[in-house]
Amino acid sequence: MYKEICSKYAPTKDNLIYILHEIQDTHPQHYISEEAVEAVSEYLKIPSNHIYGVLTFYTMYSTKPRGKNIIRLCESPPCYIKGSDNIMRKLRTELGVEEGGTTKDGLFTLELCACLGVCGNAPVMMINDDVYGDLTEEKVEEILEKVRRRK
Amino acid sequence: MKFYRNHVLVGISEMALNAGVEDFLKALRQELAKADLAEEINILETGPLGFFGKGICITVYPENINYSDLKIEDIPELVNEHFLKGRPVARLILETGAKFSPKFNYETRIVLRNSGIIDPESIDEYIGAGGYEAWEKALTQMQPMDIVNEVKASGLRGRGGAGFPAGVKWSFTAPLEAEQKYVVVNADEGEPGTFKDRLIMEGDPHQLLEGIMICARAIGASKAWIYIRGEYKLCIERLRHAIKQAKEYGILGENIFDSGFDLDIDLKIGAGAYVCGEETALIESLEGNRGNPRWKPPFPGVKGLWQYPTVVNNVETLANVPYIIKNGADAYKKFGTPECTGTKVYTILGDVAHPGLCEIDMGTTLRTIINEYAGGMKKGFKFKAALVGGAAGVILPDRLLDVKMDFASLNQYAAVLGSGAILVMNEHQSIVDILWSILRFFRHESCGKCAPCRNGTQQLYKLITKIKSGNGTMDDVELMQNIAETMLNTSFCALGQSPIMAIRSAIENFKDEFIEITKK
Repeated sequence: MYKEICSKYAPTKDNLIYILHEIQDTHPQHYISEEAVEAVSEYLKIPSNHIYGVLTFYTMYSTKPRGKNIIRLCESPPCYIKGSDNIMRKLRTELGVEEGGTTKDGLFTLELCACLGVCGNAPVMMINDDVYGDLTEEKVEEILEKVRRRK
Repeated sequence: MKFYRNHVLVGISEMALNAGVEDFLKALRQELAKADLAEEINILETGPLGFFGKGICITVYPENINYSDLKIEDIPELVNEHFLKGRPVARLILETGAKFSPKFNYETRIVLRNSGIIDPESIDEYIGAGGYEAWEKALTQMQPMDIVNEVKASGLRGRGGAGFPAGVKWSFTAPLEAEQKYVVVNADEGEPGTFKDRLIMEGDPHQLLEGIMICARAIGASKAWIYIRGEYKLCIERLRHAIKQAKEYGILGENIFDSGFDLDIDLKIGAGAYVCGEETALIESLEGNRGNPRWKPPFPGVKGLWQYPTVVNNVETLANVPYIIKNGADAYKKFGTPECTGTKVYTILGDVAHPGLCEIDMGTTLRTIINEYAGGMKKGFKFKAALVGGAAGVILPDRLLDVKMDFASLNQYAAVLGSGAILVMNEHQSIVDILWSILRFFRHESCGKCAPCRNGTQQLYKLITKIKSGNGTMDDVELMQNIAETMLNTSFCALGQSPIMAIRSAIENFKDEFIEITKK
């Protein structure tokens, strides 16, 4: 499976970030495993420690298995002064997990992130590719319910 | 040509999509057809209209009425009252300050002149609005050095934060002999509170492409990369579409306009790292490495991407270029101040009546921006401070409200214009609290390459957390300033040199708050 993804790209180092994006996006648990790193290392002919270095540098990548839906709540100043901490508290109690944790049913992973560039609607979070803004505690409940029903 | 009674512009942005604008459009079209108005009312999908927190927004011409926060349930009333009987629905109209109409809040538009007016997915509409004329002029009537000199004469300064003159940057690279040169566009917008580049790309992607093309011609590059953050899905989609269209029209590709000039533009998707806004870190990331900044010199203009000469410019900087080439440096210099020409796109957030963005002359005061373009403070709130320039910015108190917002004037107060983000705080908000949030951000975003920044950002966060919790002393406050000062002098890149600005301005302007909280 990893070889197949690799072969879509030319075997040059500048494609590393693309390959990692695709591996992570297509993995049901949204992460990049050790086997994946080995496969990419072999394909691009670059050491796996370099790949691991890149992997852990960028916030969008994960080396641990994650849930089906990844919640990324912005904690930067514009969202912070609009109460993102309250939203985080709400998410933690609703989901029963701490930052970086995945719910037992494997449906959600809760993460914090830096500015998402949607500050006009602070506080903001993304669930996978969808942006949710102007969050309130009630809205969080609604959104989670909607995503749960979607499964 | 077909004539319509009304043109309805529907803003398609990330937030509008989330609010269900697609279903809304379908329902609106159905309702118009039902009322037999489909031939009279034209619906146009366009980029973001420029107001936020307002869900689905539309603008109706020729009346120039803005509706906001629309729901599908509002459609029958809207169609029946406004489109059929010509009576605008007052309860749905977006209330704005006097300055906002009739052009809403883009008073002086260069970069955003087409945004929210043309369909960003149609190259024909861009060309119809005068687009790609500058590119044709640059390619067929001007020599590369003419372009560089024109941009130099315009006084255009980089809009990414540092404000380095763009024409000067180009002039380092243009005369170099190299088998390959590159243009790299920094679209990795990550400064907290900044989303101007997203709006420019969502609203008018072709304008950015045209700016890139002119830059490529000026420096002799045959390949350009747009390094864009992975979260900007709609921008990525629209840019890809725009590149495809430009290729189909022969505006991009090989032997453009029979000039013998070849150019290819491609996207590179980032993976989330604030430090990649630093140009050498961005280049490292493009090459498939960790985004650690490089030693300068050599500067990227001499040795950049894969060691070839590379010009790295911000999205907003390049989006200004077509106007300069088409209308000349003198026309451009009419905007702004003599030292800082042109306009700036600001994003105004926080406790103002109308958060959003505006493009206005460089040198406009903070007071004017807040009072006239953002509609003043939100009802019931008093101004306390504004964080200008994002996390790498400064906290300005009300006594500095009349400082002109441009690179040169702000420098006098050890302040920076940065990316143009303005975060307004009310009298109830704690400066210590906001500083804590800023330092938390830096702790997370330090790349770890150099010790002053790697360790310094951690220590700063520890100290501010201690102060915030009420366990700190004034010695801690002083230590914080000392550490940040050391970081300014010893850090490898601008990231580690930035925390001092917020810290110093917070302590200088709001010392009482630090004294108060450390007394406990």
